[in-house]
Amino acid sequence: MSLRSPLSQARGLGSAKDGTHHFWVQRISAVALVPLSLWFVFSIASLPGASFEQVSWWVSYPAVSVTLILFIATALYHSMLGVQVVIEDYIGSEALKITALLASKFFHFIVAAASIFAVLKIALS
Amino acid sequence: MSSPKSPPNNRPLSPFMIGPYYKPQLTSMLSITHRLTGMVLSAGTLLLAGWLIAIAGGPECYASYAAHVSAWYGLVILFGFSWALLYHLCNGIRHLFWDIGKGLEIEAAYKSGYAVLAVSALLTVAVWLLACTN
Repeated sequence: MSLRSPLSQARGLGSAKDGTHHFWVQRISAVALVPLSLWFVFSIASLPGASFEQVSWWVSYPAVSVTLILFIATALYHSMLGVQVVIEDYIGSEALKITALLASKFFHFIVAAASIFAVLKIALS
Repeated sequence: MSSPKSPPNNRPLSPFMIGPYYKPQLTSMLSITHRLTGMVLSAGTLLLAGWLIAIAGGPECYASYAAHVSAWYGLVILFGFSWALLYHLCNGIRHLFWDIGKGLEIEAAYKSGYAVLAVSALLTVAVWLLACTN
């Protein structure tokens, strides 16, 4: 017999009030990153010479700009979720843990914003 | 008013998978490598951001960034980064299969472990062959 209320069971959010959301979005972003990462690695590797003209032309090609932005956003989201788990697993002190979690969140949002802005600047200039 | 304190927690913890208590195993080594490469890749997003910002900054800005990338240390970092990404990708697919309940038997976990090592190495070689022939 469960002591949880029927509503609590229906919501399925457990004691953390978050349920399986973190687990699930980490998997969804992982699946999305399979084609995105392969595309990214092999595209970078096949940029001939990697001169400024070459790379700026490549980044500003519309399909590439959009896919790059998707790759950046998904990779940093996935990274943020992963770093969060590592911090929660290895840092015992509550104060240090919350500080590290905040620092990680800020880091990921800053890197994502700067990278996406750079892509837009290259593509739209 | 003092808040009630819970007694100190002296219950034993299960030992960490790396240390004197467990023999090193392929599965546990691949597992910790998955985390390590994940952390490396998180830090490595700075390289990607730097590269894009350098391009956005114009030809001179890009040239100074590219000089570091094509230096020996830049190539070493880039090589490590590419392997870390491809390893994390391959082992991540292994994890996704486990998540749907496939390949959890010990024999299957070892087979897929060796496959991850082989495929990530092959993909890394393929990427660098492609990069070097361009």
